[in-house]
Amino acid sequence: MHISVALLLELGIILAFLGLLGTLARRFALSPVPLYLLVGLALGEGGIAPVPAAGSFVETGAGIGVVLLLLVLGLEFTVPEFTVSLRRHLPSAWVDLVLNATPGAVAGWLLGLDAGGILALAGVTYISSSGIIARLLGDLRRMSNRETPAVLSVLVLEDFAMAAYLPLLAVVAAGGTWQQALLGVLLALGAVVAALTMSYWWGHHLGRLLSHPDEEQLLLRVLGVTLIVSALAEAVHVSAAVGAFLVGLSLTGEAADRARKVLSPLRDLFAAVFFLAIGLSIPPDSLLPVLPVALLLAVVTAATKVASGWYAARREGAGRRGRLRAGTALIARGEFSIVIIGLMGTGHDRLGALVAAYVLLLAVAGPVITRFTGPRASGTKHSPRQGTPVP
Amino acid sequence: MDVNEVLLPGVGLLYEFVNREGDKIGVVARRSGDFELAVYEEGDPDQARAVFRLTGEEADVVADILGAPRIAERFADLTKEVPGLSAGQVEVLAGTPFAGRPLGESRARTRTGASIVAIVRGEDVIPSPGPEQILRAGDVLVVIGTREGIAAVEQLVRS
Repeated sequence: MHISVALLLELGIILAFLGLLGTLARRFALSPVPLYLLVGLALGEGGIAPVPAAGSFVETGAGIGVVLLLLVLGLEFTVPEFTVSLRRHLPSAWVDLVLNATPGAVAGWLLGLDAGGILALAGVTYISSSGIIARLLGDLRRMSNRETPAVLSVLVLEDFAMAAYLPLLAVVAAGGTWQQALLGVLLALGAVVAALTMSYWWGHHLGRLLSHPDEEQLLLRVLGVTLIVSALAEAVHVSAAVGAFLVGLSLTGEAADRARKVLSPLRDLFAAVFFLAIGLSIPPDSLLPVLPVALLLAVVTAATKVASGWYAARREGAGRRGRLRAGTALIARGEFSIVIIGLMGTGHDRLGALVAAYVLLLAVAGPVITRFTGPRASGTKHSPRQGTPVP
Repeated sequence: MDVNEVLLPGVGLLYEFVNREGDKIGVVARRSGDFELAVYEEGDPDQARAVFRLTGEEADVVADILGAPRIAERFADLTKEVPGLSAGQVEVLAGTPFAGRPLGESRARTRTGASIVAIVRGEDVIPSPGPEQILRAGDVLVVIGTREGIAAVEQLVRS
């Protein structure tokens, strides 16, 4: 077997560099997502250091990255968490959807994008990054705060809305008619309901089928089934990501816990490759012209997220400071906005550049703003330790 | 005592309670097995001050320390509900034959009919000790059985 020296070397250098940047990002409690995008931008055509040999791996790996992102998201999901969130926070979820999808849709319309582009941009501004936010709240030690359950519930409902949204987008982006789109959504919703029902009644059977005391066996089985289901979903134009999400949803209990544990490192690796690939596909010089629009959109949608978080926290009975903390926590956009752009594929270059710039801005600004609305600003009387950043 | 349970979707559970001194205390039990303890500001339940975090293993140690004095009590409560059954505590004194020897060698259950259900060793509790468990001077054996049975275990260990 011939091993390509160039591939190993390029990939090795890229991964080591990403690791270094990730360490830096963690030190400032920032998300590594924007850094991976930036590295991708720098390595792409017209960038500072092109990597021809690693390109094919990155391209293949990116597809697997999307599938793993959604699979692990589905594994995180439990039916009781969803139903409790739905019962308590449905009005907050509506407010969140209307306030945040509208600016994206309006911007898309003003920019003269087609239906797929408008829908994509609406999704991009709607979906907060549950990954960044959950981690941030843990780092800032806000898990026991009054507003936190409301924030987390809104995130769960957003993630769930993605299951209906992604197939809709996949159909519209492929140039399908509205009837086809509707059919696609109904198909996807039916599949989600079926997956949830199955996981509720027969989840343990499926778990027994896939799980195995040996971790290697578990990994191979879950990954194998997920890739097959994703491929089938892609073949019927429901999108591979939704297929993977469904597999994640169907697995519950101990099987899901163990699967999450063995898959998470793999997800982290391939998700990084995915963000890199998105960066690679965008010519760096296309970023500058879209920057004013991205900045404006970022400011507007940061404000609308604050409003929706404010509303959700008020329904939980949190005070003004709690409402502000909830609102600012929701600002960060990240992985799923990028997933949406990945789904749109080529042919939407301007949109890709706009969304990349938008996510770069908000994935960095979100955590910073959230941190500054913490106890330091609230001026609580006790203990100076509260004000110091958590390492 | 009322413990309020709040779901933290995607993260785990938050338990809240107010102690006798009026402090509101929150315990976050994460799905990953880690714990976080927090106290709330007086008059402001929105803002929690995280006190410390524990890994699952550390939480087990804390639970054992807090729970050790209560284990024997709990067994005593249990036996109240079953007529004819009692619980007793037998200390292994230094210089007695079983100090330093495995529990199994005492053949306590076969000879007395009473069971040794736990060993309290300082602040540790060894629940359901196996026959290979080495006894040490100072250990307190928690014994469940008839009154005669418990007395017989006491005699056996002391002889």
